Formats: sequence, structure tokens, C-alpha cells
Amino acid sequence: MATATPEAVEARIVEALASFGPDIEQVTREATFEELDIDSLDLVELAQIVEDDYGVELKGDDMKNLKTVGDAIELVVARAS
Amino acid sequence: MTRRRVVITGVGAVTPLGVGADVLLRRWVAGESGIADGEGACRDFAVAEHLSKKEIRRSDRFAHFAMVASDEALASAGWDEELPYPSERVGCVLATGIGGLGSLEGQHDVLRDSGPKAVSPLSVPLFMVNAGAAALSMRHGLRGPAFSVGSACAAGSHAIGTAARMIQTGDADAVVTGGAEATLTPLARASFVAAGALSPSGISRPFDARRDGFVMGEGAGILVLEDAERAEARGATVLGEVRGYASTSDAFHLTATEPEGTYAAAALEAALTDAALEPGQVDYINAHGTSTELNDSSETKAVKRVFGDELARTVPISSTKSSIGHLLGAAGAVEAIATLLAMKERVLPPTVGLEQPDPELDLDYVPLSARPLQPRGERPVALSNSFGFGGHNVVLCLEGVA
Repeated sequence: MATATPEAVEARIVEALASFGPDIEQVTREATFEELDIDSLDLVELAQIVEDDYGVELKGDDMKNLKTVGDAIELVVARAS
Repeated sequence: MTRRRVVITGVGAVTPLGVGADVLLRRWVAGESGIADGEGACRDFAVAEHLSKKEIRRSDRFAHFAMVASDEALASAGWDEELPYPSERVGCVLATGIGGLGSLEGQHDVLRDSGPKAVSPLSVPLFMVNAGAAALSMRHGLRGPAFSVGSACAAGSHAIGTAARMIQTGDADAVVTGGAEATLTPLARASFVAAGALSPSGISRPFDARRDGFVMGEGAGILVLEDAERAEARGATVLGEVRGYASTSDAFHLTATEPEGTYAAAALEAALTDAALEPGQVDYINAHGTSTELNDSSETKAVKRVFGDELARTVPISSTKSSIGHLLGAAGAVEAIATLLAMKERVLPPTVGLEQPDPELDLDYVPLSARPLQPRGERPVALSNSFGFGGHNVVLCLEGVA
């Protein structure tokens, strides 16, 4: 299990989201999932990756409230600590 | 009430001979084969050249083929800017034999190796049998009836026939139709080998005395069908017409065709009746011609049953599978496209590799080399046969342009 430092979590989430479609330069903390064309299926995949890497289990309700890449990073960092 | 006529205004293909409908006909007519190492893989298909990262990871290879072939078909119909009809009046009927088998196998590996929580949320939309139809509906904004048809190796022709009926009855004014398949996977190979259907020699040579089974291929063929009056009103370039369609079932055996071709003949006869044509008006037959012992013999018998021995020997018949292998659920669609283009170019494409005729099979299979097509009437007329595991028989009657 990787250590969930804020830097490591950010890098991992940005990399994962970029693998779903958007160019990596677009994936900033401020970018919204809507802008990035990241939908609910993508967020389930993101949750699977986060759980594999950091042991953080994210439920559907957690994901529903996420609007931006930064929201996802903060949630994972908070849960992992 | 007279039935609405259905014309074909666009075609697109991805096959073992390359990306594009024209390359399919050109290379087949040249007697070339897209088969290597016993399989007709689409080796020239570089998916990243055609689809975005997101499109690629959200659809199976069979849907990739369908999307790329549909882009070509819609562009050739002049539909690339916008649909010429209200979107709810444009349907999509797409055939597949199996669906997203590669994705299904991959996710089964994930389940076995990493447990249920690791299975991708994209699994179902990747492997569901209607994934191709859904992908084309979304890609092109087709909001009329959209669904998949499954009848194994007859499905491509069933799709085209169903699409034509939808236009004839007024359920749609235009339909994007065809078939797609991508089953060059370990499970499909093993399954067809176990069923005794695949060629041990890896050579597709329909109607040859040495034929020993089919060679599996992959790809897609997509056609744009339109109500003839509307197509004419918008000034569309017409490639041909779906004159007739019929389908029957053997109710005989899981995999084997009825050896006398009785019900295949019934489908041939019914397709001609549907087209209001006589056997003597047929210029060419695109055979199902799988290169299996039984199909090529029962298909020959079916043709003779309908045409009579003497007339049957005067009608050229050849198999696209001799050049690209058997594309299963895509076969009928790709073969209908090849037939239309052959009629347009006034050429009879050959049965590639037919070097040792089977003495039992005595029709004109256009062995080895293409010949000119001389239509008996003003417009050439062809039949295209497709038969599938489960005893499904489908015949399309297609008319070319003057």
C-alpha cells in the first residue's frame, strides 16, 4: 500500500483521470469532472484505483458530491490519514 | 398500398484487407487474401488513428470496427455534416455473432485473479451484445429504433433485411445497419475448434476438394439504407437497392446445415419472390461459401434446387470468405457491401484459392480470377446468402445501379 501523502495522491489521481480520456494538462485541481467529461462510470474506476493503492474505500455517496479534481484529492487524503 | 423502396446510399468497411470499402473490393478482385497464420485479423487497423482515448477504452474492439466503418458509411452517404432526416426517424440495426467477447474474457480474468470488487464498471457496456448498436446511435445521434440482431453467421444479413423492413413499413425513414465482430480470442478459437468448424490447415478455400473448415476473421461492414423517395428528393447518390429479403430456419441441428439445402433453397426462393424477380434474372450469387465440407455442398444443392441444374451452372457464384475468412456476425454485411461494389464496377470477384474443384460441386464458382460482369438486364441483380449456427438461413436480393 502506497503512503497517502498529498503529493502522491494528487499525482496518482491526475494520472488515473488522464488515462480515462482528457489530456494530462487539462487535469488541474480546479478542473471540474464535467469539463473533463468524466462521468459516474469513470469515478467508480477512480474509486477502485484509490482503494487498491491507498486502502481508502469510497462509496457512491462520497463520489456524488465531488465536483472538481481537487475535491477528490482532498477526500482521499482526509480518509487516508 | 405499394411498398416503399429501400436504397443503399453509403457503405463502410473494416476488414482483413484493410480499412475501407473500396480496398475490400479492389484487393478481393485482385485475388489477394487478408488471411495470415490461419486468421483474418484486421492487421492494418490502428485504432488510435480513428478514435479518441476515451472512445477506445469505453468500447470493445467489435464496436471500434463498427464506429470506424460507420464514419465511412455516413460520409459516403453525404451524412457527415448532419442527418438528412429527423433523428427519431433514423434507426440502427447492428448484427454481431457474440458481442464484446474479448472484453468479457478480460473481465473474467480480473474476477478470477482479483475478486469481484476489481471488475470494471465499464464491463457490461463493453461486452453487451447491443454495445455496437448503442455506440453508433450515440456517435451519430440516431434516435429511431436501435438494437442488435443475433443469428450467428447469418446475423449481418438479418440486420440488413430487418433494416429494410423497418423502412418499408414506415417505422423509420433511414437505418444505419450492418454487422461487427471481433472474436479472435483464445476462447472463441478453442470453441470453434472443439465444434469441428475451424480449418486445421488454416486455409479458406470454399468449394475446393481440399476444403477443411472455415478460417475466422474479424471486422465490420456498415450500410446506410434510406427510403428511396426521400433519398431521391435529397439528391443522394444511390449505390443499389435492397430488392428482396427472406429468412428461414432448418430446425435440424445445432451446428450442421440441413445437408440437402432444403430450407436454404426456400429462403432463396422467397427472396426472389419478395423481389418480384425470376431466377433467370440473377447475374451473380455471393455465396455463404464457408469452406466447410457441409456448407459448400448443401449451398450448392440449394442453388440448384431453385435455379434448376442447367440455369444454376450459368450463374456465377463466388465466396468473399476465400479472401477474408469468415467474419461471423459481420460476414453478411461485409459481403453485401462487396456485392454492391462489384455490381457497380461490373466485375465478378473470384473464389480465391479454388485450385482443385470438388467433382461433386459443379457450379461456376469464378475460380481464382475475376471476370467482367455482364448484366442480363439494365441493372445487375445479385443474391447474397448467409447461413448460421442454429440453422438460420438468410438471403438478400440486391440490385446494382444502371
